[in-house]
Amino acid sequence: MRTLARALAGICGAQHVVTHPHARATYASDALAHYAETPGVVVLPGSAEEVRRVVAACHRAQVPWVARGAGSGLSGGALPLAEGVLIALQRLRRILSVRLEDQRVVVEPGVTNLAVSHAVAPTHFYPPDPSSQVVCTVGGNVAENAGGAHCFKYGFTTNYVTALEVVLSDGSVAQLRREDPGYDLLGAFVGSEGTLGIATQIELRVVPVPERVRTLVIFFADTSAAGEAVSAIVSAGIVPGAIEMMDRLSIAAAEGAVHAGYRLDAGAALIVELDGPRDECDERFAQVRALCEAAGGRDAWIAADESERALIWKARKAAFAAMGRISPAYFVQDGVIPRTRLPEVLRRIDALASAHELRVANVFHAGDGNLHPLVCYDPAVAGEPERAERLASEILVACVDAGGSITGEHGVGVDKKRSMGLMFDETDLEAFQRLRCAFDPDGLANPGKVMPSPRLCGEVPGPYRAHPLERAGIAERM
Amino acid sequence: VSAVATPRTPREAAELIAGSASVRPRGGGTKLGWGIPAPAPELELRTSGLARILAHESGDFTAVLEAGVPLAEAQAAFARAGQMLALDPPDLGGATIGGVLATADAGPLAHRFGTPRELVLGITVALADGAIAKSGGTVIKNVAGYDLGKLFTGAFGTLGTILAVCVRLHPRPQHTATARGRTEDPDALASAARTLAAAPLEPLALDVAWRAGGGELLARFVPGAAAGRAVALLREHGLQAEAVEDDDALWERQRAGQRAVWARPGTEQTARPDAQAAAIVRVAAPASRLADVIRAACTHGGSLTGRAGMGISYVALAPAAVPALRTQLGAHACVVLDAPEELRASLDPWGMEEGPALELMRRVKARFDPAGACSPGRFVGAI
Repeated sequence: MRTLARALAGICGAQHVVTHPHARATYASDALAHYAETPGVVVLPGSAEEVRRVVAACHRAQVPWVARGAGSGLSGGALPLAEGVLIALQRLRRILSVRLEDQRVVVEPGVTNLAVSHAVAPTHFYPPDPSSQVVCTVGGNVAENAGGAHCFKYGFTTNYVTALEVVLSDGSVAQLRREDPGYDLLGAFVGSEGTLGIATQIELRVVPVPERVRTLVIFFADTSAAGEAVSAIVSAGIVPGAIEMMDRLSIAAAEGAVHAGYRLDAGAALIVELDGPRDECDERFAQVRALCEAAGGRDAWIAADESERALIWKARKAAFAAMGRISPAYFVQDGVIPRTRLPEVLRRIDALASAHELRVANVFHAGDGNLHPLVCYDPAVAGEPERAERLASEILVACVDAGGSITGEHGVGVDKKRSMGLMFDETDLEAFQRLRCAFDPDGLANPGKVMPSPRLCGEVPGPYRAHPLERAGIAERM
Repeated sequence: VSAVATPRTPREAAELIAGSASVRPRGGGTKLGWGIPAPAPELELRTSGLARILAHESGDFTAVLEAGVPLAEAQAAFARAGQMLALDPPDLGGATIGGVLATADAGPLAHRFGTPRELVLGITVALADGAIAKSGGTVIKNVAGYDLGKLFTGAFGTLGTILAVCVRLHPRPQHTATARGRTEDPDALASAARTLAAAPLEPLALDVAWRAGGGELLARFVPGAAAGRAVALLREHGLQAEAVEDDDALWERQRAGQRAVWARPGTEQTARPDAQAAAIVRVAAPASRLADVIRAACTHGGSLTGRAGMGISYVALAPAAVPALRTQLGAHACVVLDAPEELRASLDPWGMEEGPALELMRRVKARFDPAGACSPGRFVGAI
């Protein structure tokens, strides 16, 4: 590792290579702080060419690496390796070109999500909007196929990436363009959680800013009634920019933190945002309000201006952080269910929570069925963290049983790789591994993530030699 | 073809594939003429026995289809629930969901709803060794595992055979209205298209056409104020513009413009009215280069049908003119789709250059189909 660190210093400058244990320790976790591992060495390349040379040096030394953007991921996808290199991309933050006539922007991976929208304002914006958008990077968004509150109408990161320059684990560089003939390697790369390579240039599609945005929050007796309102809206052919639901516990937590004016006596709050051409938007907004009221919604608060809209959203976006006010610790889940199964799945979550004697707050992207149950627990109470972890996994089982997924936008990372078997059998995982091996036959790119158990790529025929991960005891041949 | 098989179950299909030295799946057979002419495979696997709509969850706007379901049949079923699969490629008759996805063929709705890949939520495939693997799922938001749906869509059967897919559906507009503008100036047409693409009007489709010295811009809307506003914008750009309420025929013609053969479902395939235009070249160029592509099409005696907001154009021209068109548009990806076999044998219809991307594609092929049994010889780099 020391020899490699010297080589990295030769590439990026000694000031951009972190070797001191205390300094390295600051990179030990991403936003999922209960996984921590101090990386062997941290390097901060300053250009795409430096990234390429760093990856090539790792390949020569057969040392695995993990790429990291802002470290705001929620699945441990950027968890470092003690015997590996952490490649931090935060210095690559230039916006390389803005071509509004083609609705395209080219950025380096360390540019933040929000900076893309700022670069194309006021006429255009970049739709994927994870809650961390002020800090999270586009490179990380590409790795995780990040979503956000506006996916139901606008889609995910994968719908907006039109070209990538990627550095592969052997140090070669490939240009992947959406409209080029051949396999959609770009589509396969987006969402691959840093296991296929590092994107060093990213071309994104941006879209016109909607002419009108109308936002309301309306309150229901319980989440079932709010769920009925969501179904009524979607069945009417209305495609809101966002539909978000909060339950009683999350309303209480958020209100305690931001005092937005949500009703504390309600069992559920539904935030609906419509955007689009002005006449169409106004007409559908009236329809949405009527449908909500028909489903038992009351006390509709319609944002009168941009500051009220911001306040409504502030409460929603504060829900995670505010949970600290009502619980010393919590696990966030990211399960997805078919939207029509919402009432029964919520009942099952309630039953599971009672059985474990724990509280679960629910905040979710109701349009696309993406639940974010927050499992509250107290680390100081013996056995409670373990119970909370069991409850969190049982919630994922409930989601998959209902025909859903273990993760809608946070990614598998290390956190959910043990749950992959709920959705995929050995044949499916084997097919995934074929793709991974085509990109990274030596298993150097973010090993130990996504797949439930480490596995190596089949070798081309030849004499057996121990794989570096085998020697390091990280993986065994299967 | 030395043998034809029509399996009735996914397992039967997978066993047939595993037992063949080479296999080519066939749905409606409407796009078999695309790609590099390749020797006949040992087995042609027809998907007509795998043609069930396995699920249509109308409340969730999803459906699970076997590969052999004719697209038109699926659309009819979805329409009964007021829904649609937002995928409208030209259909010469009998095009199946498996074939449309394997070739990534798309129509005007791609402007609003994305390419075929973006509508696939989950996929089940048979690999060369007979394994049946799946990825994705049946929900509209899902990032668990690798997205093999993206990889197999547009792979022309070279990584394995698509057996079934889960797709996202959308509300089906009961009526539409189209803003239509006409001009004889390619720059005015391109500039009007850019303005509409940047306007916050949210059309369902934004197409252009250039035929016989004149151009047309078509923007399709759910009826409402937006269509009228689009007409006003077109007039500001000097186009003769009107709103067309009964617009189905306009869009059928746009779709037909993407193919060298032209027929309605259920009829014999016939040549285009402009019979010498027996080749179609799909050009991907930045949206701002539209006027250049129109001029290139005109220079080589061709006509053009295009997705103006996406930068995709289909140029129809005489086969003999294809090499010159490609040379002129050399900076852009030009894929030859419909064309006589001699032409597709004499030049690389994919126009794919050697380089790291193609090398990576070969590595993907080698991992999924090491013996080269799946639709061999037809795809990029003769994969």
